[in-house]
Amino acid sequence: MGLNGDEAAAYAAKQVNPDIVAAYPITPQTIIVERFSEYVADGEVDTEFVAVESEHSALSSCVGAAAAGGRAFTATAANGLALMWEITYIASSLRLPIVMAVANRALSGPINIHNDHSDTMGARDSGWIQIYCENSQEVYDACIEAWMMGEHPCVQLPVMVCLDGFTLSHTMENVLTLPDDVVQEFVGERQFIRVKGHAGETEFRLNVETPLTMGPLDLQDYYFEHKMQQVDAMNEALKAIPEVDAEYAKVSGRRYGFLHPYKMDDAEVALIGLGSAMGTVRYAVDELRDEGIKAGLIKMRVFRPFPEEELVKVVGDLPVLGVLEKAASFGAPGGPLYEEVKTVFYDRERKPLIADFIHGLGGRDTSPKMIKGVYKSLLDAKEKGKVSEKVSFVGVRE
Amino acid sequence: MSDLTLREAAKKPDAISPGHRLCAGCDESIIARIVLKATRGPTIVTSATGCLEVATTIFPYSAWNLPWIHTAFENAAANASGIEATWKAMRKKGKGPLAKYETLDIVAFAGDGGTYDIGFQALSGALERGHDFTYVLMDNEAYMNTGIQRSGGTPFAASTTTSPAGRVIPGKREWKKPIDEIVIAHGIPYVATLSAAWPMDIMQKSRKAFEVDGPAFLHAIVPCARGWRYPPEKTIEVSRLAVQTCLFPLYECVLEEGRPVYKLSAGSTAIARRPESKKPVEEYLEMQGRFRHLFRPERRDDLIDEIQAWVDHKWQMLLEKVG
Repeated sequence: MGLNGDEAAAYAAKQVNPDIVAAYPITPQTIIVERFSEYVADGEVDTEFVAVESEHSALSSCVGAAAAGGRAFTATAANGLALMWEITYIASSLRLPIVMAVANRALSGPINIHNDHSDTMGARDSGWIQIYCENSQEVYDACIEAWMMGEHPCVQLPVMVCLDGFTLSHTMENVLTLPDDVVQEFVGERQFIRVKGHAGETEFRLNVETPLTMGPLDLQDYYFEHKMQQVDAMNEALKAIPEVDAEYAKVSGRRYGFLHPYKMDDAEVALIGLGSAMGTVRYAVDELRDEGIKAGLIKMRVFRPFPEEELVKVVGDLPVLGVLEKAASFGAPGGPLYEEVKTVFYDRERKPLIADFIHGLGGRDTSPKMIKGVYKSLLDAKEKGKVSEKVSFVGVRE
Repeated sequence: MSDLTLREAAKKPDAISPGHRLCAGCDESIIARIVLKATRGPTIVTSATGCLEVATTIFPYSAWNLPWIHTAFENAAANASGIEATWKAMRKKGKGPLAKYETLDIVAFAGDGGTYDIGFQALSGALERGHDFTYVLMDNEAYMNTGIQRSGGTPFAASTTTSPAGRVIPGKREWKKPIDEIVIAHGIPYVATLSAAWPMDIMQKSRKAFEVDGPAFLHAIVPCARGWRYPPEKTIEVSRLAVQTCLFPLYECVLEEGRPVYKLSAGSTAIARRPESKKPVEEYLEMQGRFRHLFRPERRDDLIDEIQAWVDHKWQMLLEKVG
């Protein structure tokens, strides 16, 4: 059916029929909560829609809901995510598998409503699984799979589904949807892990019969161990996500992975990146191939947990790798994705030359021509055997 | 509305175990314990960051015999909203762990910082949306957990670490924010004030708060021996004097046919009947170190009179509302 990215997220949420959706309007996410409100108004879901007074309260309500044993969904963007910042860390440390769609938008200031990844990149250390989508189909699929990833007994973490503002959120595409009952069967009922509380063993939730104390004061003697459990949970997510992807492939026929390589087998230069720009890169790769240039692409779908081993495998003997990213880290050696990719290869014997290309801040358009220019500079690095400029800003006026 | 007897309350196990680390003489555990004596059955508690939270839950210990959650400072009302909405959704679906409970008493505890100041927005939102929960304001009139800083609930002239009584400025320069009136203006079904000196009144009001359909707001005066600078054994005496001086009148406000109907209760009813029994505010101020600068090194009659005039005015306004 014809859906834009926001509608795809809302439609998936409808089919999942969570216990609560607590959300606050913010462009370019607003269509998600508008559509969902319509489902509620028309009685198509049993969900309680909580029209909160801020994003801080949106996520706080989701935390209360998920702690009480419910399934909780929310959506936000940019400044809304920034306002939630405090609670994003609390949601993950409480190990609550909330699902949140983020319509990626540039962070203020100056205020701007268009797409880049400064919002979710700012949340990369918050302990959430992060999935970046290329198109509305991926948004729909991720908004169903996310529940099973987050609720996996070895994982128990919240999940962010990231979709580029306007480029995806407001752009109509043909999306293959599943029947309601298939989605319902796929997500089933929320499963709880069992924990030992002070009143005895219980499911991990606010259980009236066997009370638990959640969110206690946790000082020098235990906090670190609890942080280690989050570290372990992310490592477990590296195993659980492919399991969920495999199960989802069985019901949908669509198979996802951490990374989606394109024409990488014989590539001499390649770009790695996140989100909708990868479609444009693929188009540029095809054109370059027609020109006889061995260009390739690695689309990164899962950024948290970071699929290190798989990245090394996909890169193989590639001589030059460019990182194309939509976030700057002021004062840092490079953008966030660049720094992580470089970290992965630092200790490897076989490693490509790596260069960073920051583009599209505040929704600035990145054309196929610009991307071909980026590939040209990668070819140049290959020829010279070194990267002349570590970090370049693409499409910005001097 | 069902009446709660002392016998029934005495038999009910305490929601908070002894051994928690609240200070000697702390009124928070007294109020929480009595409020939770009045629950009807299944109960979930959420606490804002503050003394009650840090002192009852130092991991791996917990004083709570009820399901309890803390997430942050400013969001107790939003947490409660989420819990309540989930319970409603599960009831509607007829499945999920909370589906079987016909009643669920959802209680949010927060201090004055978490209510008058940083949590004000979340509280107002939750009241406006009409969630069925009870919000208990533990008003010790300053940020006690971080070391006695002034809040919107700190009274005029009180010395705190961020409104110190200095050579030029005699403590806090602003009056206490009228939180009850602001809450009542939301048109919620039940608002009441509490003092530990009247425990049966607390239980009866708490039961009413749990029973009404929609949000209820309980505002407890919570003397803090450390922050108010009085000997810890005087907590109940201070709680009583706050009411007897009419600085903190006890009353309830019920919404009837869309109109707020005020009714005095416990100690305040007696004063309305016999106005001569109203004690001068000086008696209350004098026993607390936070007001010491009103008496030493020189007596500040100007400020004491100003406070007395403010209290008289507020009390008169309340009497007019009670009718």
